[in-house]
Amino acid sequence: MQLGIAAFMLRKLLRLALLLIAVAIFSFVLISLSPIDPIDAYVGADMLQISPEQRDIIAQRWGLDQPMMTRFILWLRQLASGNLGTSIIFNQPVSTVIGSRFQTSLQMLAIAWLLSGALGLAMGVVAGARAGSWLDRAIRFYAYTLAASPTFWVALLLLLVFSVSLKITPICCATPPGVLTKDVTVWQRLHHLILPAATLSLIGVANIALHTRQKLIEVLNSDYVLFARAQGESLVGIIRHHGLRNIILPALTLQFASLSELFGGSVLAEQVFSYPGLGKATVEAALRSDVPLLVGIVFFSALFVYTGNLIADLTYQIVDPRIRIGKSS
Amino acid sequence: MLSVQDLNITFTLYDRGLAQKQLTVITQLDLDVKAGEVVAVVGASGSGKSLLAHAILGILPDNAQVSGKMLFKGEPLTLNRCQDLRGKAIALIPQSIGYLDPLMQVGQQVQRTAQLSGLSRPAAKAAVDRTFARYRLAAIVQRLYPFQLSGGMARRVLVSTAVVSQAELVIADEPTPGLHPDVVTETLNHLRELASEGKGVILITHDIEAALQIADRVAVFYAGTTVEIAHAQDFSNNKIRHPYTQALWRSLPQNEFIPISGSQPTPEALPDGCLFSDRCPWVTQECQLERPPFLQVRGAPVRCIHADR
Repeated sequence: MQLGIAAFMLRKLLRLALLLIAVAIFSFVLISLSPIDPIDAYVGADMLQISPEQRDIIAQRWGLDQPMMTRFILWLRQLASGNLGTSIIFNQPVSTVIGSRFQTSLQMLAIAWLLSGALGLAMGVVAGARAGSWLDRAIRFYAYTLAASPTFWVALLLLLVFSVSLKITPICCATPPGVLTKDVTVWQRLHHLILPAATLSLIGVANIALHTRQKLIEVLNSDYVLFARAQGESLVGIIRHHGLRNIILPALTLQFASLSELFGGSVLAEQVFSYPGLGKATVEAALRSDVPLLVGIVFFSALFVYTGNLIADLTYQIVDPRIRIGKSS
Repeated sequence: MLSVQDLNITFTLYDRGLAQKQLTVITQLDLDVKAGEVVAVVGASGSGKSLLAHAILGILPDNAQVSGKMLFKGEPLTLNRCQDLRGKAIALIPQSIGYLDPLMQVGQQVQRTAQLSGLSRPAAKAAVDRTFARYRLAAIVQRLYPFQLSGGMARRVLVSTAVVSQAELVIADEPTPGLHPDVVTETLNHLRELASEGKGVILITHDIEAALQIADRVAVFYAGTTVEIAHAQDFSNNKIRHPYTQALWRSLPQNEFIPISGSQPTPEALPDGCLFSDRCPWVTQECQLERPPFLQVRGAPVRCIHADR
């Protein structure tokens, strides 16, 4: 079994390497072909003050006069040594920007992820156990509606209700304005991330709830549940002893695999709430042609989503006895 | 111990759009089981064997309506009483390992069965140990998952579920499909043993030979009705009464090996008279008028007006 997991991990790492190479090629080609001029983006508003000669000097310095293939190889070499370049808008190494921005996002993402997982599972179980009842209909209606709602729209709605009308949540940002970072309390942080996290949870619930409901209905119609009923097991007992056991694995897989949607959603939610996380940095980098940062984020998100999928696959390997024991024996 | 009289089961189905239709799948079904007795229920697929088991346990789907009389120890088996009795006084031995939770160790599952029958956790644990030892299942088997069991082990585990529950009535639903002859004999002997201990055993099977190995009486089902409840020895003594039972017996390889022509009528198209009339060699006009009642012929009930000839 140990060997099985090791071989599994090796295969996965190889795939990750292939994925990252593909991402590198595609992002390089796309950026090279895009109308963004790196020198314009770098110089910005000072454009009128520099002469064409100065432009040429910058281009030469950056290697922009080289053919595309050479530039790609040079860039790849830097990338391989861990140098993602310097962000133009933050004037800091890209890795530092991503690191600090992700830290801000992480708490919000983690809360949204846990909340949507737990809430979605609970809703799915209730709906599945009472399939066809008004409660089931209500939960399904909610799930379908939310699954069809754009993230930014839900975010705006929450902002209107809780921040503008009720005034119980802050209107923006991750910390109160005018307070030094070292003076911000944990509660103030939580207070600020509650709305973006709620937005992502409310939407994230839909997928897991519908999936869990379907899976539970499948379990309830199985032969082993029929046998459990023949032994006098009640509905609650069936869900406790057989239902959860059989739906938790697929639910976990789905929840880990949904990290990509969570990340995508965070871009929109952070934008609406001006929450200074990685999602907002993505929008800023794109709007202001900060190519190094944008490419860095592309790599980071690929790694993030891949890790989610990897954990999902790995839980099956470790938790499901049919795979864990079945393979080795 | 158990007596089923004139049982009817009707399903309400949606036909086209919102139009409902009634499908009667069991009509005038009778069966009785005494303590210490093995009663085999034989019949082709779709003759209502498993539905009878589900009706006794009260686990039919919601769209089924049941009429007729079911008595357990003299008291009517209402849905509420079914709920109280199943897993305690009445136990089911299912067909295959597919009836066990694939993600739960078998020891745990059998222990759960014991706890559901009213035992405390330690008592249930002891009962599992005792029962596994009785069926020569090593202690390690308790920690295996269903997919790890061999065919023979699986059968013994399934029989264990009925034994730990201390049930008085055991319903074995097709316990021997596609098994090695040794395993079939072993499983049947386990059922016979349960009857010797004073339990009533219903053995549901389509394998008439297997049934005759251990059964005291054989109830033959056809198209959802009981056509005959014969004594086991009636078969070899050539005393079986109903033309369908006789045809079944003749179709066995060691007998004449003659298959019965035609097929069982579907629930949508049951004949008005005797359900077997369209395939019966003895059929007369009288047969097609009404469903034949149970008649006592040569010491056992049979639904055929020509059985005494």
